[in-house]
Amino acid sequence: MEIGNLLRGSPDGIDVKGPGVLCSFDVFGVTINLTETVVISWGIILVVALLLNWITKDMKTKNISKKQVVAEWIVSTVYGLVDDTMGKHWHNFAPYIGALFTFSITGSLVSMLGLRSVTADFNAPLAWALVTFVLIHGTNIKTHGIGGYLKGYIDPVPVMLPINILSEIATPVSMSLRHFGNVVSGMVITSLLYFALSVVTKSIGVAFTTIGIPAVASLYFDLFSGFMQAFVFIMLTMAYISNADGRSEE
Amino acid sequence: METNSEIARAIVLGASALGAGTAMIAGIGPGIGEGYAVGKACESIGRQPESSGAVTRTMFIGCAVAESTGIYGLLVALLLMFANPFINKISG
Repeated sequence: MEIGNLLRGSPDGIDVKGPGVLCSFDVFGVTINLTETVVISWGIILVVALLLNWITKDMKTKNISKKQVVAEWIVSTVYGLVDDTMGKHWHNFAPYIGALFTFSITGSLVSMLGLRSVTADFNAPLAWALVTFVLIHGTNIKTHGIGGYLKGYIDPVPVMLPINILSEIATPVSMSLRHFGNVVSGMVITSLLYFALSVVTKSIGVAFTTIGIPAVASLYFDLFSGFMQAFVFIMLTMAYISNADGRSEE
Repeated sequence: METNSEIARAIVLGASALGAGTAMIAGIGPGIGEGYAVGKACESIGRQPESSGAVTRTMFIGCAVAESTGIYGLLVALLLMFANPFINKISG
C-alpha cells in the first residue's frame, strides 16, 4: 500500500500528445502525415454511410416502418432548421449543414469509444471553418458582384477598412478555435481525471476505481459539450452565410 | 554552479508556469457575462413562460459563443504547460 502516492502523486506525470502519425508522404517537397485523425475520419465516414444505407432501404409511401419515421424526422428537422435560420430561398443548402453537423458530432463522440476525437486535431475544425469562409465570400461576390463586394469593405467610412478586414479574418479563426478549444480542454480534463483515479488505485490497492466516475464527467465533457459545439458551429455557419446574402434585402 | 543554459531553461520553465496561471484570469469574463445572460433569460421566462423553449435555446447558443474568449485563455495555458514552444529556443 503506497499511501504516500496519494499525497505526493505518481512520479510518471501526465502527458497530452497530438494525434499519432502512422506514415508520412512527401508530396512535391511538402510532408503530409497520415495521422490518427484521418484514419478515424475514414472509419466514421464508412460507418455513417453504411448506417444511412440501411436506414433508407425499402422506403414506402404507406405503412411506413419505424426506421423510416426516424429518417424522415431527421431530414425534416435539418430542413426546418435551415429554413428558419436562413430563409426559404436557402432550402437546398440543408444537405451540407446536415453533413457538417453529423461529421462534427460523430467526430467528438468517438472519444466515448476510447479513440481520439477527430475534432481534437486543429486541422479538422479549421478545414470546416475555411470552407465556410469560402462560402461566405463566394455568396457575397455572387450577390453583390465584385465591385459591390469590394465596396462593402469601405462601408460606412473608409477608415474602417482595416477593422473590416480583421473581422473577416477573425471569423474562421474564432469558429475553429472555439470548437477545437472546447474539445481539447475536455480531453485534457478527462485524462487528468483518469490520472488522478489511477493514483488513488495505486495507493489504496483497490482495483477498478476508474469505473463509474469518469462516465459521469464524460456526460458533460463529451456528450453535452460535443453536441453544443457542433450545434453552435452550424448555427454560426448559417448565420454568416445568410448575412452575406441578406444585405441586398434591406 | 549551473551552466548558463540550465539557468536559462529554469527561467523559461518558471516564466511559462507563471504565464499559464496568469492566462487563466481570462476566465473571469465569460463567468460574469454568462451569469448575467442566464439571469436575463430567467427574467424573461418568468415574464412569459410559453417562450421558455426558444429562450433556453438562444441562451445556450449565446453562452457557447461568449465562452470563446475564455477558451482562448485556456488554450494558451494548456499550450504553455504541455507543448511549450519556448523550450526549444534556448541555445548554448
